[in-house]
Amino acid sequence: MKFLYAAYLITWAVIIVYILTMMRGFQKVSQEMKDLER
Amino acid sequence: MKLLFRIFIALTVVALAFAAYEGLVVAPTEQTMGNVQRIFYYHVPSAWTAFLLFFANFIASIAYLIWRKPAADAVAAATAEVGVVFCTVVLVTGPIWARPVWGIWWTWDARLTSTLVLWLIYVSYLLLRKYSIGGPNPVLAASLAIFGCIDAVFVFMAIRWFRTQHPQPVFGGGANSGIDPRMLHAFLVNMAAFTALGILLIWVRFVLERVRQRVEEAHAMKALAGTGVRAR
Repeated sequence: MKFLYAAYLITWAVIIVYILTMMRGFQKVSQEMKDLER
Repeated sequence: MKLLFRIFIALTVVALAFAAYEGLVVAPTEQTMGNVQRIFYYHVPSAWTAFLLFFANFIASIAYLIWRKPAADAVAAATAEVGVVFCTVVLVTGPIWARPVWGIWWTWDARLTSTLVLWLIYVSYLLLRKYSIGGPNPVLAASLAIFGCIDAVFVFMAIRWFRTQHPQPVFGGGANSGIDPRMLHAFLVNMAAFTALGILLIWVRFVLERVRQRVEEAHAMKALAGTGVRAR
């Protein structure tokens, strides 16, 4: 069972890390947009 | 559009939760491998989604090479990045499944090696986009994407063309292929849920890429205005 749980956990870890990275990208781009508008 | 997006997120989350329940609880335990076989319900749908996204990347890259539309380039960037995420899941879950079943984490057979090469090609693609001298180079990236798609075809066919440690096709692989109908149900639910997740991630990543393109354009316009270059 440990292999099964490890596979499921790692799958979600990879996807969640990617989603968080994308959110950071959005924050960065929004900030740049604000700076440009100033 | 925002409402549609929220509905799609909700549906995807419900589908993924139901798919996990189907894969972990409802599907019967496989006779030879036991519970570890349930990795199949994440491993194969991830591979399917990665293939789908790399194929979409190929179409978008060809479209960009022909029409040079920034939207096509944004689709290419989004599909390649999300495709790499799913391909990473395949390359991680595969060895975790292989260790208890084959007794080894990895072997250099045609399917595994070509999948690793596929992942490396698309990681190179993303690095090329990010770190090209003089900013992103969509033309060069689109050309590389074509090689990536050729390898994706090779990955798909590898278990049909060569004798591999990796199992032969479960579906459409001849007289002894196929799975228990209850397993098939869980499998199809997971396929649908992972496809929905892939679409959702591309949607978000595409929007991000379009905003990024606009910011880059605004930076370029500002730089031109700063140097006093004016269009006639």
